[in-house]
Amino acid sequence: MSSASNFFTSKLSDALGWARKYSIFQYPFVTACCGMEYMATAASHYDIDRFGAGFPRFSPRQSDVLFVVGTISHKMAPVLKMVYDQMCEPKWVVAFGVCTCTGGFYDNYATVMGIDTIIPVDIYIPGCPPRPENVLDGLMKLQEKIQRGEQSRILYDSRTKIGRPAEFQQGYSIQKHLEDRESSV
Amino acid sequence: MTPLQRVQEKFSQEVIETHTFRGDETVIIRSNALRAVAQFLKETPELDFNFLMDLTAVDYLNFADGQIKREARFEVVYHFYSLKHNHRLRLKVPIEEKHPEIDTISDLWPSANWYEREVWDMFGIQFQGHPNLKRILMYEEFQGHPLRKDYPFNKRQPLVGPVN
Repeated sequence: MSSASNFFTSKLSDALGWARKYSIFQYPFVTACCGMEYMATAASHYDIDRFGAGFPRFSPRQSDVLFVVGTISHKMAPVLKMVYDQMCEPKWVVAFGVCTCTGGFYDNYATVMGIDTIIPVDIYIPGCPPRPENVLDGLMKLQEKIQRGEQSRILYDSRTKIGRPAEFQQGYSIQKHLEDRESSV
Repeated sequence: MTPLQRVQEKFSQEVIETHTFRGDETVIIRSNALRAVAQFLKETPELDFNFLMDLTAVDYLNFADGQIKREARFEVVYHFYSLKHNHRLRLKVPIEEKHPEIDTISDLWPSANWYEREVWDMFGIQFQGHPNLKRILMYEEFQGHPLRKDYPFNKRQPLVGPVN
């Protein structure tokens, strides 16, 4: 390739990144108390619209960033995975609050210990709940990541304590899970 | 005459024990008398317990490290309140581990419907005559009853993703 076309493609991806990072359509997957801080961030005082992310879409087909806001239970986990699978590429995921990052203080029969065991996560925003400043900081870090054209593809396996590519779990559905369980009994 | 005294007078055979603590009255009764007592509480005009405030259960497995002996493993607890008379009564029913069954009261207090499903889900106590006794909090595929003391505290049953 000539240097001219290199110049052209690199500048094109820069322009795409710039366009994407300032027009984030987010899907707020709000399940718990973190939703209050999410609303505070979205409302006029902190005004998430300054970052071009003021337009929540409640359809995964139309959204770019999945905001997982609040504790995810094992009962909810298949729904979250389905919402993630329905989103069109390119897509990013924000884990909002410690419950989504690690499970937080819920170490029990009902709670998923971090959504990164189910779907790849791009940005972790810790806090219980995180303050709006913290959320905006996370959002700006996400914008930097979008500008660089990066997406997380890593799932965390808490059993082996290592991350692994998301493709490893591609096609892993509830149906498959039930079939596996049937055959193992 | 307090609600406790009325129950004691009417069901002297079925009452196992009673106690009062700072105005909170508690009656412990045999499980086969539950329907009769519940009906009495609801339909007697002087009692008129029209509000079931709470219905839950307790698992006394290895209670106080086994130092306090209890005959029945479970206890179903009912909290009644009368909006008209502004009085309360707590009803406890011991349930044997071998036959974790008790009659439903969901026809008398419709709010008991979901409470009883929750107790079934969490403790595995069956409510005879319940119109729709299935899990309410956990998913259908979940095995066991998580609030039983012998449910392993670190046991996980995820639907998707790894066991964590």
